[in-house]
Amino acid sequence: MSTNESDLSAKISNKEGQKGRVGTDQSKALSNVASARKGSERSERNFVGTGLITKNLHAWFGKKHALANVSMEFASGTVTALIGPSGCGKSTFLRTLNRMHEFIPGAAMAGSVMLDGKDIYEPGTDVTKIRLRIGMVFQKPNPFPSMSIEENVLSGLKLAQIKIQNKEQILQESLERAGLWKEVKDRLGEFGGSLSGGQQQRLCIARALAVNPEVLLMDEPCSALDPGSTLKVEETISHLAKTITVVIVTHNMQQAARVSDYTGFFLSDNGPGELIEVAPTSEIFSTPKNPKTEAYVTGRFG
Amino acid sequence: MSAQVINQNLAAKPGKPWRITPRELILDFVGVVAATAAALLTVKYTGMRGQLGFIGALFFYAIIATVVVSIIKADIKSAANSVSTLFIYIAAAFVVAPVMTVLFTIISRGIKGLNFGIFKTDMSVALPDSPLNEGGLLHALIGTLEIVGFASVICVPIAILTALYLTEIRGRFAGLVRFLVQAMSGVPSIIAGLFIYAIFLISLHGKYSGIAGSLALSILMLPTVARVAEEVLKLIPDDLREAGLALGATQWRTVSKIVIPAARSGLITAIILGVARIAGETAPIILTIGGNDRINWNLFHGQMSALPFYVWREYLYGGDLASARAWTGILVLMIIVMFFFTIARQLGRRGSKA
Repeated sequence: MSTNESDLSAKISNKEGQKGRVGTDQSKALSNVASARKGSERSERNFVGTGLITKNLHAWFGKKHALANVSMEFASGTVTALIGPSGCGKSTFLRTLNRMHEFIPGAAMAGSVMLDGKDIYEPGTDVTKIRLRIGMVFQKPNPFPSMSIEENVLSGLKLAQIKIQNKEQILQESLERAGLWKEVKDRLGEFGGSLSGGQQQRLCIARALAVNPEVLLMDEPCSALDPGSTLKVEETISHLAKTITVVIVTHNMQQAARVSDYTGFFLSDNGPGELIEVAPTSEIFSTPKNPKTEAYVTGRFG
Repeated sequence: MSAQVINQNLAAKPGKPWRITPRELILDFVGVVAATAAALLTVKYTGMRGQLGFIGALFFYAIIATVVVSIIKADIKSAANSVSTLFIYIAAAFVVAPVMTVLFTIISRGIKGLNFGIFKTDMSVALPDSPLNEGGLLHALIGTLEIVGFASVICVPIAILTALYLTEIRGRFAGLVRFLVQAMSGVPSIIAGLFIYAIFLISLHGKYSGIAGSLALSILMLPTVARVAEEVLKLIPDDLREAGLALGATQWRTVSKIVIPAARSGLITAIILGVARIAGETAPIILTIGGNDRINWNLFHGQMSALPFYVWREYLYGGDLASARAWTGILVLMIIVMFFFTIARQLGRRGSKA
């Protein structure tokens, strides 16, 4: 199954997406949840920067072709969920988006990832600058154990050797955006490891936000968390929307429905993973075009 | 009927139903007494003699007693279990016994010459068979601390960088380097001494000095520190490295600001284990530092002494008083090594908790 590039781009352009979302017939429970997010509170912060576009992206691990021909556009300020069964290549895809894929021995790729009109894989590109602009939150909360909460949040700036003028402001703003400020403002000196799992994950989100990235990639950020913490992280994602472009990989379809504007469905049929369908989230969960997508979102396989 | 909560036994008392019963206790006691008595009788009436004979006989009868008691208590299966447990206990005792014996001997013989005076004076005005309150081992203590300290200064950066090559760079030669480091830890210490003797003292026309000793010891310290440091760095989850890189840090920044701080206590343990490994090394010291009865503070000029050298020299001199000095030297050395091991263990424990 191959995807049509121009068709996708059209679907995902921001304007049409918003229209589509509002006008969707809310016949199914999942699409209801998706639309309910419309009313949720959003940060006043203005979004700067552009979205992310992939063109004919492939990825390999050694000889294994893990991902084939993915062309997708992530419009600025939107939340896109990537769903699909295990091993369908969605995490691999996510890791190609900020060049973390290349750390795996034997990794290879083809195609391009355009950030602000420039291919991040162009030879000579400073990969550390790319990762400053495209942040990442991992599956397991991984605050730096040797650092306090405050040091964790500011660690990205220190690591990238960016001079900090307004430390307090960045600290508070990042923690507020991650929805953690109220809980930790009196204990900023404590170690990050002293927080609960959900708080640690939000600390990792704050840490990623502190360097002010344009895109935030989240690789199953709630799979190690309890339902309460999951809800908190989802609220955080909702607050982030519009100020930053979010791409989130999730196994939880309700979560995709709750937090995302768009959903991409990946599937691997004994071969490399492919993008089967991408559309506004409410459409994916109510009127998917592809029968495979429908089978997956209605729980008939996967 | 639907399930319901039975709520009658509110006044429960904590108990230990698995505790040993009086019958079992008596059986165990009888078994121990029988085995001991049989061993004593064997020593008295057969060819087996002395402590060793008694322990051998006791071992034999203990197995029989264990089997019999277990069969009376339960069945043949539990007897097999008890016998294997017994063997494990005995094996553990065999490991601990020599260490305890050595410790006991060193303490009982070394305590004679142990007084504050020995930490205040050197042997410049005393002979090995002077009374024990004349002349001390301060010169040797200073020598050991300086030589081991400088060996660490040479070794630690190289060892840690080697470990970082193995765990962080994971370069093409990682396998070869790991193999060589492992092979190096099997090098006899006298080879390290001879190597420095041949290079530093013969080829480069150097003189006997503390620095030559430090060089020889750093060769021995390197594999210990590098291997322990590698193990410690391997324990740092890749999640943290990825988190650092994903924040836009270079690999060097990630390693120096995240990986090394996270592994800090473990790395300190590695260094301390390396120090403990070399503090008592004798052969390379004898070949390189030349020995001295006076305090020599200068690591780079003039012959020096060190605790193992002091022990060796006093032992060679012979006689009761010189021997007593040698034992005291060993005791001081042991205390230093044990001190470092204890710190390393404490740090290691704290590190594993975090």
